[in-house]
Amino acid sequence: MATPWPYSHPSGEGDVDKIHDFLITHTQDGILTWVVEEQAAQEFSLTYQEVELTALAAGIMPGRYQKNRNTLSLADQATLLKSHVAVIGCGGLGGCAIEGLARIGIGKMTVIDPDSFEEHNLNRQILCTINVFGMAKVDVALTRIREINPAVEVVPVRDAFSKEKGPEMLKGVQVVVDGLDSIPVRIQLGEVCSNTGIPIIHGSIGGWYGQVTTQMPGEHTIREIYQDYSGEEGIEKDLGNPAFSPALIASLQAAEVCKVLLGMGKCLTRRMLFFNILDMDMETLKL
Amino acid sequence: MPITVKLFASLRKGRFDEDTRVYASGITGRSIVRDIGIPEKEIRLVFVNGRHASLEDLLADGDTLALFPPIGGG
Repeated sequence: MATPWPYSHPSGEGDVDKIHDFLITHTQDGILTWVVEEQAAQEFSLTYQEVELTALAAGIMPGRYQKNRNTLSLADQATLLKSHVAVIGCGGLGGCAIEGLARIGIGKMTVIDPDSFEEHNLNRQILCTINVFGMAKVDVALTRIREINPAVEVVPVRDAFSKEKGPEMLKGVQVVVDGLDSIPVRIQLGEVCSNTGIPIIHGSIGGWYGQVTTQMPGEHTIREIYQDYSGEEGIEKDLGNPAFSPALIASLQAAEVCKVLLGMGKCLTRRMLFFNILDMDMETLKL
Repeated sequence: MPITVKLFASLRKGRFDEDTRVYASGITGRSIVRDIGIPEKEIRLVFVNGRHASLEDLLADGDTLALFPPIGGG
């Protein structure tokens, strides 16, 4: 359990000033390097997230985020670091979304998937390597996120999403990423999010094709897209999914997550982008 | 009356991307789908002139009917 922020750390409140001074003293050109971040975490018994939030509040950019500068401000990075996102499904879309969200510095990620990695995941699922066959996808996700960004708190849930368990699974979550591979479960997820007030970034893929849209609380976009569809799968049942489709759609999902959290730009609400990578066409559908 | 039919994604395979066809007035999207020979279960999203629609809707002179298959992979 992460310490709430702003926190009263056991080592004493006076330490906040000491940490601040330490960071100021060891910062070069407004950048906090990883080496100094590690030192600060050890010296003051803080989590990396606490060190990064202290730095950001002091106008110091953790080195890992320096190339986000002028796209994301210090305040934006702090907002992301205090955010909680759930990724439902850790396969093709979910894996790529997790990768992007960890790198951009989402402070807390709940990752949900009941499955383990198998050989047929290798063609597209970024978390899958020959060394992780048989391992739980959520455990591999946890390891990957920690390797990329230890400031991210991870809650791995090795379970299938269901409408019964959904509200409990998504407690405290601010934005959901749909990385599922079942149309009926997607509809359930969309409805749970709608009813519990959580924006959800829907993405799905099949062969050379993919779609992405953002559903805000109270909307039923996902249900409307699939309507009374009775099947479990769509065209991906015949076409499979190559490496580039999840990478494309999940990147857009990760970007939408950040925009929703930061209130930036124009989100894909009541619009769906439909990609045809084979013919390099994109349609914007008004829903 | 001319109706422009646009097919998307896998619906194009062995058919066409876009075609303008002449139909009798009062035709529905469903009848056109049957005419083209697309099994209805292969279609999920229907748009008429860029607006979300149903296969049961009556089409008007010069309408554009766009058809999309279901995509559900992750």
